[in-house]
Amino acid sequence: MSSVLESPSLKASAKNVKPLQARPLVIALGGNPNAGKTTLFNALTGLRQKVANYPGVTVERKEGAWSLNAGAPPARLIDLPGLYSLDAASIDEQIARDVLTGKIPNLPAPDVIVAVVDATNLERNLYLVTQLLEYGRPVIIALTMVDLAEKRGLEIDEKQLAESFGVPVIPVTAHQRLGIDALSSAVLKAAGGKGKGAGWRLSDSSERELMALMEGGEDYVNRHAALRELYGEELPSDEERARAVKSARERLAQANANWWQEPLLARYDWIENISSKAVRKHATPSMTTTERIDYILTHKFFGPLILIAVMLLVFQTIFSWATLPMDLIDKGFGRLGDAVGGMLAPGLLRDLLVDGIIAGVGGVVVFLPQILLLFFFIAILEDTGYMARAAFLMDRLMRGVGLHGKAFMPLLSSFACAIPGIMATRTIENPKDRIATIMIAPFMSCSARLPVYTLMIAAFFSGRKLFGFLSIGALMIMAMYLLGIAVAICVAWVLKRTILKAPTPPLVLELPPYRVPNFLTILQMMLSRAMLFLKRAGTVILAISIILWALATFPRISPASPASPSSLSSQSSSQDSTDSQDSESETDLHGEQLRQSYAGRAGRLIEPVIKPLGFDWKMGVALISSFAARETLVSTLSVIYNVGNDEESSSNSLVNAVRDAKKEDGTPAWTPLVALSMMVFFVLAMQCMSTVAIVRRETNSWRWPLFMIAYMTVLAYIASFITYQGGRLLGFS
Amino acid sequence: MELAENLPPFLGTITEQIKSIPRSLDILPIGATARVTGVSGSGAVARRLLEMGVVPGAPVRIIKAAPLGDPIEVRVRGYHLALRRTEAQTIMVSSEQ
Repeated sequence: MSSVLESPSLKASAKNVKPLQARPLVIALGGNPNAGKTTLFNALTGLRQKVANYPGVTVERKEGAWSLNAGAPPARLIDLPGLYSLDAASIDEQIARDVLTGKIPNLPAPDVIVAVVDATNLERNLYLVTQLLEYGRPVIIALTMVDLAEKRGLEIDEKQLAESFGVPVIPVTAHQRLGIDALSSAVLKAAGGKGKGAGWRLSDSSERELMALMEGGEDYVNRHAALRELYGEELPSDEERARAVKSARERLAQANANWWQEPLLARYDWIENISSKAVRKHATPSMTTTERIDYILTHKFFGPLILIAVMLLVFQTIFSWATLPMDLIDKGFGRLGDAVGGMLAPGLLRDLLVDGIIAGVGGVVVFLPQILLLFFFIAILEDTGYMARAAFLMDRLMRGVGLHGKAFMPLLSSFACAIPGIMATRTIENPKDRIATIMIAPFMSCSARLPVYTLMIAAFFSGRKLFGFLSIGALMIMAMYLLGIAVAICVAWVLKRTILKAPTPPLVLELPPYRVPNFLTILQMMLSRAMLFLKRAGTVILAISIILWALATFPRISPASPASPSSLSSQSSSQDSTDSQDSESETDLHGEQLRQSYAGRAGRLIEPVIKPLGFDWKMGVALISSFAARETLVSTLSVIYNVGNDEESSSNSLVNAVRDAKKEDGTPAWTPLVALSMMVFFVLAMQCMSTVAIVRRETNSWRWPLFMIAYMTVLAYIASFITYQGGRLLGFS
Repeated sequence: MELAENLPPFLGTITEQIKSIPRSLDILPIGATARVTGVSGSGAVARRLLEMGVVPGAPVRIIKAAPLGDPIEVRVRGYHLALRRTEAQTIMVSSEQ
């Protein structure tokens, strides 16, 4: 859509139709969270919208094309973040102010502001409107949830409301498209005009202070600017001005200790005055539907039980439903690789395309079904209003480690995959809490660790039972999950007391009424998250895949000449018990290639470092490659132990190869203790390039992802060291 | 509050006086209704509470507490708000019923 919006030819044709509209109209859509803003935005734009970030911050920038009237070019509809106010210092509110004052590059100040007002919640919603009125732009109120308000015994006199506020009030029911046309014509009529300001006033003495600070004549926009300076959280940067504001504040504080509350209270006074005239309250039902539902869903006893059940359902479906499309994508990329491989002559280009790019990108795209499914559930939970309840139920527990109740969902999601989990932390407003949550999310054992756990357990711990019925394997997997959680709690505790030190975040959270989820909203959220994931993580992964491929490919040994006899013999002497394979010569070549490659050399280089963990250089190579993605450990081990390329038929032979692998001195390379040490390493180490790329994206700097790699690797090393050396001291092997 | 309700009727004026003594929202029992008399404190939380309509004169009702006793859920201006007890402590109220 962006090309249509910005294409010069369309701009030119617009000029011909109506000289006044040299550029498309810009319309800002503002409103409280849960006021029905997203539903209205989707109804106005359909799926003709683009989602990006505002420059330098992770505030989502949503823009869509809104066809106001046939023939004319569509207007640019800017969806502001959901806000209760425009005064605070938070990033969302700063961005919203920047949009309204035209400070965003390539985005002129809006021609019209459409304020979405929830009729069931009139007074709190109108508070934001009193602020929107003061930006010098014409405002139109889009009144939503009128039917719901009527059900609750609230009758709203729209004419009276429009008269008191001095702006048009258009009732809309977005999903039935009622009021959309009226809204369009109201916007067209208002465009080009000026706003009127709001009618509330401070006490006489405070108004005098305000007048003294006003610059550029008596005008409500100047008044608003002075108001923001006098009552804002910060002082103006100009020194002289700061002094004037400071002394004015001191005078106000002398008269009234709570002087800073005055504009807030004055706005509400004005609103209450208007609503007492415009709203008629009939007998209200004693309990709303939402309260009835909440009686069960946030019940002391049933609430937590239902939350657990909901989570189990989400996990079960992510694990089981996602397998089919994931396998399909995996096979699809495999076929694509075969097809491309068949078309090209053997050589570097083919290897790069097939082993590097297609395999590497396929390895990322394979997570797409899980991401889509998880965001499908998150969108439903958010859109229905249940997510706020989950935060309400979990807040006390999360606060124990200094986190917000809203951190619960992202962390839980990370058990499936840290990537959507980290993307879901956007609901946490406080940046420090958000980063703390991001930093511990990868400790939740994700599905990519499962192949590693499974291989280790199949090789060394299968078949054993504790007390005759408890499978040691299942216990060990559970222990790995618990280890991740325990370390995450400790790390969060430490982070919140050191580099992310901040008071425990306050919880002032609206529990919105339950609503039937909107299909378009859910679809749009899934699509935008999927696009973000594919675009950004995909580009980084592509680069990393090529680098890793190069490291495992160069320096090249010639495929034509047989590998040197000495290295082959040492290879086979250490592998003598491996069953002979059909494709033995080819896999030998692969193994030898790997051994001679930079990756193989690196493996031997780091051997002294990883030896105290019980690992030899071959495991070192697997470790290095697994830093791209954890499950590559399995495929890399297959290559190293010459098990063959076909993974499906080789899982058993890989188990045998791992069991039979010998070190240079003839002792077994792997023991149960080494396997345990390896599993502990995989619980704690940051071995996922996609996660690193997402953390880079979500925190907008390399600082946090690099810190994450460093501290997690150190933790993993220490824990593995303790496991292996401690185990040996205790006499295990 | 229970004390005030159990007093004999001739102490009615005192009962009225006790009821109008400002107290913080966090000590009200579940189901109680009160009127906000002010928000103490001056940080971002106090500002946010006022912005969300927790201003003097607004009626509030304690709906429930979370399973572990904290946070609590209140109803104000027709919507539901979850607050920690530490935040509720800054909201001064006078009992109504």
